[in-house]
Amino acid sequence: MIKADNLSKHFGAVKAVDNVSFEVAEGETMVLLGTSGCGKTTTLKMLNRLIEPSEGSISINGKNIKSQEPEELRRGIGYVLQNNGLFPHYTVAENIAIVPKLLKWNKAKTQKRTTELLEKLHLSSQYLSAYPNELSGGQQQRVGLARALVADAPVLLMDEPFGALDNVTRTKIHAEFKALDELKRKTIIMVTHDVQEAFTLGDRVTIMDKGRIVQQGTPQQLLFSPANSFVSDFLKEQRLQLELRTIKLVNLWNKLTDTGRKTHTDLLSAEEDMWTAMESFKFTRHDNINIINQDSREIKSVSFEDLMGAYNQYKKQPRHE
Amino acid sequence: MNEQQQTLLDFMRQQSDKLLSQTLEHIGLTFISLLIAVIIGLPLGIIIARKKQLSGTVLGIAGVLQTIPSIALLGFMIPVLGIGPKPAIVALLLYALLPIIRNTYTGITGVDAVVKEAAVAMGMSKWQVLKQVELPLAMPVILAGIRTATVINVGVATLASYIAAGGLGEFIFGGISLNNTNMILAGAIPAALLAIIFDFLLSLVQKLNLKKVKTGAYALPVVTLLLASFYFIPSAYGGKLTAGFTPEFMGRQDGNLGLREKYGLKIHTIVINDAVMYKAAYEQELDVISGYSTDGRLKAYNLVVLEDDKHIFPPYYAAPIVSEAALTKFPELEKTLNLLAGTITDSIMTELNYRTDYLHQTPERVAKDFLESKHLYKPARNGKAGIIRIGSKIFGEQYILANIYAMLIKGYTDYDVSTKTGLGGTKICFDALTNNQIDFYPEYTGTGLLAILQAPAETVNKIISDKESTYNYVKAEFNRRYSIKWLTPIGFNNAYALMMRQKQARELNVKTISELKNHLDSNK
Repeated sequence: MIKADNLSKHFGAVKAVDNVSFEVAEGETMVLLGTSGCGKTTTLKMLNRLIEPSEGSISINGKNIKSQEPEELRRGIGYVLQNNGLFPHYTVAENIAIVPKLLKWNKAKTQKRTTELLEKLHLSSQYLSAYPNELSGGQQQRVGLARALVADAPVLLMDEPFGALDNVTRTKIHAEFKALDELKRKTIIMVTHDVQEAFTLGDRVTIMDKGRIVQQGTPQQLLFSPANSFVSDFLKEQRLQLELRTIKLVNLWNKLTDTGRKTHTDLLSAEEDMWTAMESFKFTRHDNINIINQDSREIKSVSFEDLMGAYNQYKKQPRHE
Repeated sequence: MNEQQQTLLDFMRQQSDKLLSQTLEHIGLTFISLLIAVIIGLPLGIIIARKKQLSGTVLGIAGVLQTIPSIALLGFMIPVLGIGPKPAIVALLLYALLPIIRNTYTGITGVDAVVKEAAVAMGMSKWQVLKQVELPLAMPVILAGIRTATVINVGVATLASYIAAGGLGEFIFGGISLNNTNMILAGAIPAALLAIIFDFLLSLVQKLNLKKVKTGAYALPVVTLLLASFYFIPSAYGGKLTAGFTPEFMGRQDGNLGLREKYGLKIHTIVINDAVMYKAAYEQELDVISGYSTDGRLKAYNLVVLEDDKHIFPPYYAAPIVSEAALTKFPELEKTLNLLAGTITDSIMTELNYRTDYLHQTPERVAKDFLESKHLYKPARNGKAGIIRIGSKIFGEQYILANIYAMLIKGYTDYDVSTKTGLGGTKICFDALTNNQIDFYPEYTGTGLLAILQAPAETVNKIISDKESTYNYVKAEFNRRYSIKWLTPIGFNNAYALMMRQKQARELNVKTISELKNHLDSNK
């Protein structure tokens, strides 16, 4: 869907982006991860021509983005900014209606779409006539997301979209983000410096350093087959949590022993990760949790000790990925 | 104090027509120039916000314009744009430009870069970003600039009366010339009120919340245009000949008032500063002007004096007036000043004035040449026996006289001299003398009689046609009331006179003021 070929951007003698290539499939979420100044934001902004590349080309759906007027291109790409970039002199409704207005939608269509989005994003319609400074940070970010989604553009670019939020709000929005069906059919490229966020939201993660791509892959690939010490060092600090987030119950399936004591009917999908499984022990009154494997329709009832044992076994087995 | 206020109110009531038209002119001048300044300044501010490398140059030029003294700026305008509203509006708009350009620039560059990026990223064109994001968000800052410009303009517009553009300056400067406090206040108070009111109203517009600013931004040009149109309402010109009179002449019994009363002269009149009046007559912008009979420009511009056949202009014999205190303190002074007595005739004074006003020779040089020709010149003794302070009003003849006196004092006595030339009109000079800021200055008998003493009408009528009795009356009254002594007259009579271009006067066959009146009446 999106293809970047040998992209470079020079600011004077500085190579902000140096010969970067990647592809993002339709419906995929690709995260550009790296420290500040690694060139990830510059790469993102070249995709909607906020920055023109010095070298290389970008195509979306097989069409070179240079063949279109930049304004026209941008109206077909959603964009979410770190500090939300809402117009302070526009109400929430007006902010959301910016792109529809540019696309000359009629009022009824805009209104219908706005109401629909607000509902999906858990925003009360009473905020429609409020100004951005009257909203909380999380609400502002939701409005920013609504503004990017309203025209239903197939591509969404997100520049540190949750960077300005506190940890609690961010975790909450992450969960909503993953659950939002609007986003499931979109091709998303997101920039972040937050490893947790990248691993939670990204189907694939691209780690950048000094303008170059260091490694591209799924969270598991990055975690268990790092390309070099830069990648493993980058992930080291949060390694345990990342592993718990990355390893899914289905990966441990063969190592889990069924205690056979199904004392209750709550079910947890085997597609969930270790972290979620451990959390669910916290919330249940029982000693066991029931895990269902969607593929085999098999249900295993597992104790906390069994779970941890399976996890340790999994970690000790040799990697062949 | 109460009496003062009462008479001020009386004056304003008496002159309410004039006050209203001057106020409207003042508002009109302020806003028409403001409107043009916004039309020029706003796009300029936007351009330099886009191309920052230009900002230094543009803001620099606008800043330099701002520092030019207002009267000098008006002076620069006359050769290019003549007199009247045009140069006044241009000068005012130049003053208004800097705050508008600077605030537009500051406002637009101050808009949050994230918001701008969001606007671009959503697919807005440059024009849409400007109109929907940058201008609305910069509006409070831009409005602050317009507010500053408005207040500056209300103030500077008082000077517009110097070049016949009307406004409340007519009362202010007329009042200063005529020693009429009520007239000054009748101009100054409304001008100050206008500044305060407009500042307040614009501060309200500024405080409106962001949403309403959008509507405000549209309403403002409309209101401005409306206010600007005031200027054209009272300036519907009529009549064939146009007279340009100084503010002082306008309010004097021996000026415009006398012309109306004794001659019944009705002529379309604009108020103008005497510095530009002669030139304007020469360039046919004016037909009749109120000049001084010894003015050098009379000769330079081929003007002719109309005969005052009903004798309304009293004699204006010039003589130094000295405070008694100074005469006691500097015993040599009187003798020295009287060296000049009787030496300068009307034609000599006209010649001397011609050399300064038209040939642009310095008053020092003209003064020295004159003294040498009369064998009165002596080199300075550089004495240190005390400093004599000489005052003069703000026109060429007084500068020459002040220089002549300075040379005489330095050459004949051991006193030193400090000259305080350019003390505005009669009121400023005379107040300086009574408040012991200067020791003497050259004054004219007619001015003393009418402007300073404000002698009752019957007295004036009795003595006005005779130069001796006028001088004697003024001398006695000044001594009695102010302890100021009139020394011996210098010789020339710089009386008021109506003048016209020689060619036009000949064509219309007008030689006297009565003939001028008949000509005007016959053409109605």
